[in-house]
Amino acid sequence: MSGVNDFCFKIGTVNGTGSASANGLLMQAIFRMGIPVVGKNVFPSNIQGLPTWYEIRVSRDGYTARTAPFDLMVAMNTGTYARDVAEIKPGGYLMYDASWPMAQSLLRDDVTVIGIPLGEMCNNAFTGDRERTLMKNIAYTGALAALLAIDMDVIHAMLQEKFGRKKHLLESNYKAIRLGYDYAREHYPCPLPFHLEKMDATRDHILIDGNAAAALGALYAGATVGAWYPITPATSLMENFRMFCEKFRKTPDGKRQFCIVQAEDELAAAGMVIGASWMGARAFTPTAGPGISLMGEFVGLAYYAEVPAVFFDVQRTGPSTGMPTRTQQSDILSAAYLSHGDTKHILLFPASPEECFTMARDAFDLAERYQTPVFVMMDLDIGMNDWMCKRFEWDDSYRPDRGKVLDAAALQKVEKFFRYMSTNGDGVAARTLPGVDPKGSYFTRGSGHTKFGTYTEDADEYREVMDRLVRKLAAAAETVPAPEIIDADGASVGVITLGGCRGAVLEGLDRLKEQGVALDYMRVRGFPFGKPVREFLTRHDRYIVIEQNRDAQLRSLLILETGIAPERLMSILEYGGLPLGTNQVVDGVLGLLKGVEVAV
Amino acid sequence: MTSITKPRVQHPSSTRNALGLSRRDYEGSMSTLCAGCGHDSVTAALIDAFWQLDIQPHRVAKLSGIGCSSKTTAYFINQAHGFNSVHGRMPAVATGANAANRELYFVGVSGDGDSLSIGLGQMCHAIRRNVSMLYVLENNGVYGLTKGQFSASADIGSKSKKGEPNVQPPIDPVLLALTLGASFVARSFSGDKAQLVPILKAGLKHGGFALVDIISPCVTFNDHEGSTKSYLYTRQHYDEVAPVDFVPLRREIAATEPAEGAVRSVTMHDGSTVHFRMLAEDYDPTNRESAYSYVRAAHERGEVATGLLYIDQGSPDMHGVSGTIDSALTSLPYESLCPGNAKLQELMEEYR
Repeated sequence: MSGVNDFCFKIGTVNGTGSASANGLLMQAIFRMGIPVVGKNVFPSNIQGLPTWYEIRVSRDGYTARTAPFDLMVAMNTGTYARDVAEIKPGGYLMYDASWPMAQSLLRDDVTVIGIPLGEMCNNAFTGDRERTLMKNIAYTGALAALLAIDMDVIHAMLQEKFGRKKHLLESNYKAIRLGYDYAREHYPCPLPFHLEKMDATRDHILIDGNAAAALGALYAGATVGAWYPITPATSLMENFRMFCEKFRKTPDGKRQFCIVQAEDELAAAGMVIGASWMGARAFTPTAGPGISLMGEFVGLAYYAEVPAVFFDVQRTGPSTGMPTRTQQSDILSAAYLSHGDTKHILLFPASPEECFTMARDAFDLAERYQTPVFVMMDLDIGMNDWMCKRFEWDDSYRPDRGKVLDAAALQKVEKFFRYMSTNGDGVAARTLPGVDPKGSYFTRGSGHTKFGTYTEDADEYREVMDRLVRKLAAAAETVPAPEIIDADGASVGVITLGGCRGAVLEGLDRLKEQGVALDYMRVRGFPFGKPVREFLTRHDRYIVIEQNRDAQLRSLLILETGIAPERLMSILEYGGLPLGTNQVVDGVLGLLKGVEVAV
Repeated sequence: MTSITKPRVQHPSSTRNALGLSRRDYEGSMSTLCAGCGHDSVTAALIDAFWQLDIQPHRVAKLSGIGCSSKTTAYFINQAHGFNSVHGRMPAVATGANAANRELYFVGVSGDGDSLSIGLGQMCHAIRRNVSMLYVLENNGVYGLTKGQFSASADIGSKSKKGEPNVQPPIDPVLLALTLGASFVARSFSGDKAQLVPILKAGLKHGGFALVDIISPCVTFNDHEGSTKSYLYTRQHYDEVAPVDFVPLRREIAATEPAEGAVRSVTMHDGSTVHFRMLAEDYDPTNRESAYSYVRAAHERGEVATGLLYIDQGSPDMHGVSGTIDSALTSLPYESLCPGNAKLQELMEEYR
């Protein structure tokens, strides 16, 4: 049941009206009161004028999953009143702009209505269309501050940080907040039964989105070349990388120790990453599904010519253009085997911004160690939403794993250098970097080649290289991040999931446990699957695979790669474009278990 | 046949350059192209250009896409690092490689299919960025490896081997590059090594994107009567606009001073000089508009204007625009790239 520091509310507005800053302000204020909070931005693929929502969940226990329906709906968009009102919990609250009457037909008997004349108050207090619109959205944060007991000192301090010396902006924003705050206090009993009370649970935490976290990881891993083509939801990853580089990577005389190229398309972006990595730089490109499709040819080249390359796939809803501003985990299969011919790639599945940070580093290490493409499989929910995370830490003793690279001194010790000859069990052949030493020169090609690096159309010579690549990926399977496994006593069924499903699945398992249902849990974090994943699959007869796509892609990958019998893997699939909710996990598991009992 | 390598025996009397290397040291594997292919002459000219400029072989990155022309990166400078990438996408790989290590010499070899059809966009954007590289476009108007289809550079009315005329207008890489703001635009002929070598040398020293479109006849599929990319047609319609001599820095200028007095000289970034001997009246190789008009008018007359047609030493290359450090990014030690945990903790405060 909802209560103090445990509730969720949703704000429906029109995009391009400044609501994003208002919602960010709310999130941050709650966070600064020491209370765990998470926000989900549900926005349109549009610049101005279409409906947009922001969902905020306050959870004293630190749960992060999306939960609908809502305790409180802030309906600021007349165009979406009907669907917004329908999403309120029975016994919940509706706050709306009472400057204009609301259609009686939209009201519900089981909902308490709070009308605040936001538009009217702001029209009287401010001049100019733009300012009136913006301030109306700031004013609802004031009303919410009163209704939810947000600390006004915290809000005031944040406004001061934000506007600094721009005194007129500080004054107008604070004025708008007071308008909402005072009106709510005067006309309604404040606070509501569910509200906020200061805690001390966010001290060692930050609020950050996955794209910023991944960019920071790339910076700390030593990436110097970034190539990209703008695409939702990956764009802010490179924008953040640029911002960090401008801050940390400039020489005293203003020269840049990085090179970011905005490419003409995703094909070119992939080619640039391969060219830069071939030279020995750590290079990467952020993209999304449509970009992944376009990069296919180049990814096959990097696989076969054995050039490291790092790709951040911030997955969105496909196929085709799909729903660019909605989330999904639907590039799993296409990324795993991207490109024509026999290929297989290393995938990493971060579940949070924290893991975006660490896995960005892992991606560069793995790409260089195995001289092959690596995909960091993020998604829109992780990439673009603010998540509460533990403060990031960096181990200053970290040094990049450059893999087997022969420098000039090492080359002098070998009689003759052959690029694709491997003497190790891991199948990795030493490489050299262009320009270092004449002895290290070789010819990189996507056409058939021998272990000596020369062109071939001979069956045996071709197979020799292709078979070594299999050994390489098999070795990588044991080096990718191990799965997260949580054992439950007496579990007879296991749950398997990945990436951003984590929050909803773990919360769901807690709730199921309260109902006496115990399940083992495994979240895969890397592909190809290593021994711990295979071992987990031997524990039970049945597993439930929970993922965010229509076709059960993780399940398919498990069947293909581990040989597990398909009937042992059941599915819970969310693919409507919104982050997985806890209820879907609980209801889904209970429904499937009923089926299992019947079958037994 | 898995690979063809040449024996590395050298005649003791072979001439050496300032590095003590002979032409043989700039050769590559044996060509597998058809006997008489124009591309092999271009390869020979490239070998001469690199040798004459005393460029260390391993400081060269040679890149290509797919096609007959793209095969040739294997046929020169064995000790350079080569990259035979994917069809039409060499410019992207070269751009990334140059972004990472600006200290090397970059040469891209492409063809009319690779550059003007599948890779048209990539070539245009490499020109726009002024990526510092010599871009050799071996232009024969035809797809060779797939046996004789017209390419996008084929002239209207030019006949295929089977006698069918081409009906679509050509894309002229020289006119295109001039329109896009290219800083170095040249056209030459595989059969004119005397003209080609100085142009290639100037292109290597240009310090920006140097496009050299080279009419390079395909002896198997496009060297017949009725073709406008044949040896015969090119020789008969050859219009040399401005013969050039390239004088590298630190060479005695007197030794290579043009025979017939230079009327115009352009100084390259590194202090080398290009001398233009003007044949065409009033031709100004530093004026984009007049270069464009001249090339277009020549084409209308059915002639092929050749020479170093346009040069601009004033525009910054990709790194100049980006403000990158002067040395290679790959030379930076990790310690100078990672801000460290103390800085991270300061940054974390901004996310609270």
